[in-house]
Amino acid sequence: MSFKGTDIVSIRDFSREQIDEILDLADKMIPYARGDKITKALDGKILSCLFFEPSTRTRMSFETAINRLGGRSLDMGTPSMTSIVKGETLADTIRMLEAYSDVIVLRHPHEGAARLAARFSQKPVINAGDGAGQHPTQTLLDLFTMRKQKGNMDGIKVAMVGDLKYGRTVHSLAEALTMFGAELTFIAPPSLQMPKETIKQVEKLGGKPKVKSKLEEVMSDLDVLYVTRIQKERFPDLAEYQKVAGMYRVELDALREAKSNMIIMHPLPRVDEISPEVDATPHAKYFDQAFNGVPVRMALLMLVLGGEL
Amino acid sequence: MKEFKVTPIRNGTVIDHIDCGMALKVLRIIGMDGGNVQSPVSILMHVPSKKSGWKDVLKVEDRELDPRQVDKIALIAPRATINIIRDFNVAEKHNVKLPDVVIGKTRCANPNCITNQKEPVEPEFIVEGKNPPILRCVYCDRILENIADNLI
Repeated sequence: MSFKGTDIVSIRDFSREQIDEILDLADKMIPYARGDKITKALDGKILSCLFFEPSTRTRMSFETAINRLGGRSLDMGTPSMTSIVKGETLADTIRMLEAYSDVIVLRHPHEGAARLAARFSQKPVINAGDGAGQHPTQTLLDLFTMRKQKGNMDGIKVAMVGDLKYGRTVHSLAEALTMFGAELTFIAPPSLQMPKETIKQVEKLGGKPKVKSKLEEVMSDLDVLYVTRIQKERFPDLAEYQKVAGMYRVELDALREAKSNMIIMHPLPRVDEISPEVDATPHAKYFDQAFNGVPVRMALLMLVLGGEL
Repeated sequence: MKEFKVTPIRNGTVIDHIDCGMALKVLRIIGMDGGNVQSPVSILMHVPSKKSGWKDVLKVEDRELDPRQVDKIALIAPRATINIIRDFNVAEKHNVKLPDVVIGKTRCANPNCITNQKEPVEPEFIVEGKNPPILRCVYCDRILENIADNLI
């Protein structure tokens, strides 16, 4: 299919074949993403970054991606310095940006914001996170990282650990991984366990996810350990937070049980979930994962803007 | 002689097979719960049904409701039938039908959904199941848990 003009709102909008097409192109983008090769494939194209919430990796990797492709980015800046404080609707902001740029990247605190933006814009909209909803480019770069590290996702054993209830990356990743045949285990305290709706959706796609509360139970069996941040603000009591956060911290000791080629991923930012000592082990792939955001986003920009190498 | 709890109506509309306990909400949906109603309305709640144990029934005299207008009823009473009565006889009978997409009839229960902010859009849902109705918000992707409480 031609992706030209397509909005990237939710991973659910794409088939396995379409996702493979994006990841295949991302693979070809790696030398350009590293700066080893130069391209002007998107010369003259303008990307606008509309971030209503803080972001480091997502925003910077989109900017890097468009720059590496010869295009340019416009940044709205902090919302407090714009007409948004005057009460402008998102719909109006989008209609204005549509006139200024060729593609819009949006992060917004409300679920469904990207779908709304896509309806008001003729230009493609890429969802960079909408509240507790979707973050499809993160899902794609997570899939890309696993495919690169493991070769094939069929039958690989993936455990997701941490805040599975509110963490926006894990819901769509669980669904996408099931589509690719991965076997999933969800590890979290009961109050932060994967929402029933996501579990149901995974089962509908043919998955048989396991729900556990202890990481030790599955460590020796894993191919991928996907860690997410447990957010302090989800706990009314600081002591309770510290207890839970401590329980799921990945320490060097715990990795003795792990397969030698087991990889650890994390969407970052990390706080205390992974001990810094783990960074030096061959298991740690979270910084490779962060780099992969660039070739994956380059591939998406190429596809939706119809660029050619 | 058979004793009727509510007598048959000569002309008007009977909404039958309403899910038990939903009659008052159906009245609200069809806009007949306010002070501007000019015709008698009878409400039967919790009466035996041959089809499904118990049901509610609504009778509106001297008014023929447009079946298309009342399709919204299917959101909370998917088995309801609309009977148009003329001279004590059922002149027309329709089953309520939920469309594939429901726009502007119910709000999203997710307070953080973009449709609950001041944006110029109507809430929109994909109908994933009709009996019972399962609605998924087109915007935030959530399943609407309590349809009756979120009707607009």
